[in-house]
Amino acid sequence: MTDARENTAVPVLDVQNLSVRFRMRGGRDIAAVTDARFSVAPGECLALVGESGCGKSVLASALLGLLPANARTTGSALLGGDTDLLTIGERALARTVRGRRIGLVPQSPAAHLTPVRTVRAQLEESLRELTRARGSELPKAAVAAAARASFPEGHLDRYPHELSGGLAQRAATALALIGDAPLLLADEPTTGLDRDLVERTVDELRRHTDEGRALLIITHDLAAAERIADRVAVMYAGRIVEIADAEAFFGGPGPRHPYAKGLLDALPEREFTPIPGMPPELGALPEGCAFADRCAYADARCTGERPAFTAGLACHHPPTGRASSPSKESADA
Amino acid sequence: MLELTRITAGYDRRDPVVRDVSLHVGAGEAVGLLGPSGCGKSTLAKVAALLHRPDAGTMTLDGTVIRGWRHRAPREQRTAVGVVFQQPRLSADPRLSLRELIAQPLRSTGRRRDVPERVAELARSVGLSDELLDRRPHAVSDGQLQRACLARALVLRPRLLICDEMTAMLDASTTAALVAVVERYRAASGAALLAVGHDRVLLERWCDRTVRWDERETEKGPAGPVTAGGGLRPPAAPR
Ligand code: SF4
Repeated sequence: MTDARENTAVPVLDVQNLSVRFRMRGGRDIAAVTDARFSVAPGECLALVGESGCGKSVLASALLGLLPANARTTGSALLGGDTDLLTIGERALARTVRGRRIGLVPQSPAAHLTPVRTVRAQLEESLRELTRARGSELPKAAVAAAARASFPEGHLDRYPHELSGGLAQRAATALALIGDAPLLLADEPTTGLDRDLVERTVDELRRHTDEGRALLIITHDLAAAERIADRVAVMYAGRIVEIADAEAFFGGPGPRHPYAKGLLDALPEREFTPIPGMPPELGALPEGCAFADRCAYADARCTGERPAFTAGLACHHPPTGRASSPSKESADA
Repeated sequence: MLELTRITAGYDRRDPVVRDVSLHVGAGEAVGLLGPSGCGKSTLAKVAALLHRPDAGTMTLDGTVIRGWRHRAPREQRTAVGVVFQQPRLSADPRLSLRELIAQPLRSTGRRRDVPERVAELARSVGLSDELLDRRPHAVSDGQLQRACLARALVLRPRLLICDEMTAMLDASTTAALVAVVERYRAASGAALLAVGHDRVLLERWCDRTVRWDERETEKGPAGPVTAGGGLRPPAAPR
C-alpha cells in the first residue's frame, strides 16, 4: 500500500491479516503467524526474511494448504484476485492450485525429488499431469522443461542421488516451472548451498521472475535476499515488522526497524555483532512489542503497547540515524 | 597444535573422499578451511576431531602422534578436541534434556562433581536460560539447540575446537552470537580453532587465516603450514 508498484497491477498474491494458531495439548495456543499483510505483483520478487522459528515457513505452508490438522487460519490470501487459498479447501488446492497456479521450489530438492526415478521420468510425469503434452511429445517437452531451468540435457537420465546439490536444485526448479504458474514460492531454496551456487540459484529464480512471474522467496539468507528481491519483508516472532524496498533496505538508508537493523549488523561483512538475547516463545508472547527485551530503543510504551503495522513498519520509536552500517558498495565491489 | 600429514580417508578405500591432504593448525591459531559442499572437508573435519580413522597419513595433536585407533582414537586425545557439526538435530540425542546433553561428556569422563557448576557456567555463556536447559531438543529452536551443542563441545575445556559448518543453518544474529562465544572461550583458554565451512566472508572475518580446499588437495609432500591463497579463485567443482 506504500509501494506504487502494488497499485499498478493486480497482485498475483494478496495476503490480508493472515494469522495461524496452533492448538497444543492442554488447550494452549501458539501464535505462529499474526496479522501478516503483503502482496506480490507479476514480475516482482518479495523476500520474506527472518530467523528459524519466526513463522515464515508456517506462512508458506498456510498458502499451500499444507498446515497440520491442529492449525487454524484466519484472514485471507487471494491468488490472482479471485481464489482465497485459505478457504478453497484441500481438493481444489491439490487439483487446481499447487503446481498449476503456485510452483513450489522446495528447500531440500534432493528430498523433494522421487529417489527411485530419473529426472526425465519425473519431468514427463509432471508434464502429463500439468500440461497437454502427450505421448510422443513428452520427450521433447521434458528436454525443453529441463532447459528452462538450465538443467543439462545430458543429465536427464540420472537419479536424484547422482546429482550435485546445484543440479538437484535445478531439477526441482524445472519441475516447479512446468505448470507455468504465475506465482513461484521458494522456501529456503539456498540452504546448505555454497556461495556461488546460492548466487546461481537466485539468479535463475530472478530470471523466471523477470519473465513475468511473481516470486515469494522465504529465506534466512540475507545475502541471497539482497541479490534477488525487489522488496523485503522482515518477520519477527510471527509478525511482519517491516516491509521495505530492497535497495533502500540493504543500501544507504538501511532498515528502519531495530530488529532488521540488528540482523543486518550481525552480518560478517558488517559489524558482526549479534542482537543480545533470543526471540520470545510463540506460545508466550509479551503484551507489547515482542522485540522489546532485546531492543536498545525500548521504553515503557514498547513493553505496554504493541506497535501497529503502518506504512510498512511496526515500531514505536524507529531509530533515525540509520546509516551506521558500512555502505553496501564496499561489499559489492 | 594439530598436524594432519598426507591424510587419506573416506568410506570406501578404493575411492577415498580425502586424498593426500595436509593441514596445520598452530597453537592458539584459528584456521578456516573453505570449500564447497561435498568436497570432503567434513570428512577431514571428522578425522581432525578423532571421530573418523584415516586410511593413510599421520596425525599429531599437541606433539603426540595419534595411535591406537580402533574405531575411534584413544580417549585422552579425544577429550582434548571439541567438535560442533552443522545439523544439531542429527548430532544431539533427542532423549536428553539440553542440560544432560551439555553435561554428558563430563559425566562419562568421571568428573561428576563439577557438573552443575560447569553446566551453569556454559549455559550462561551461550545464553541458555534455566528453563530452556530442562527442555529436550524437539522443544527448542535450531539456534537454541546449536547453542547447547557448542556448550557441550566446550564442557571438557578442549585445546582444539572444530566447527564444521556450525552456523550454516542459522540466521545472521545467531551466527554472530555463536562465533562470539567461541572467541571468548579461545581468548580465555588459548585454544586453537579449525572452522570448516563454505562461507568465505564469514570464515575470513572469523579466522586468523583461511585455507581453500582446492589448494589443500594440490599440496603434496611433507607437512608444513599452508598459507592462505588469494582467495579469489572459484572453488573446484564438487566431485
Ligand atoms: S516498538 Fe519499541 S521495543 Fe519494539 S522495536 Fe520499536 S523501539 Fe524497539
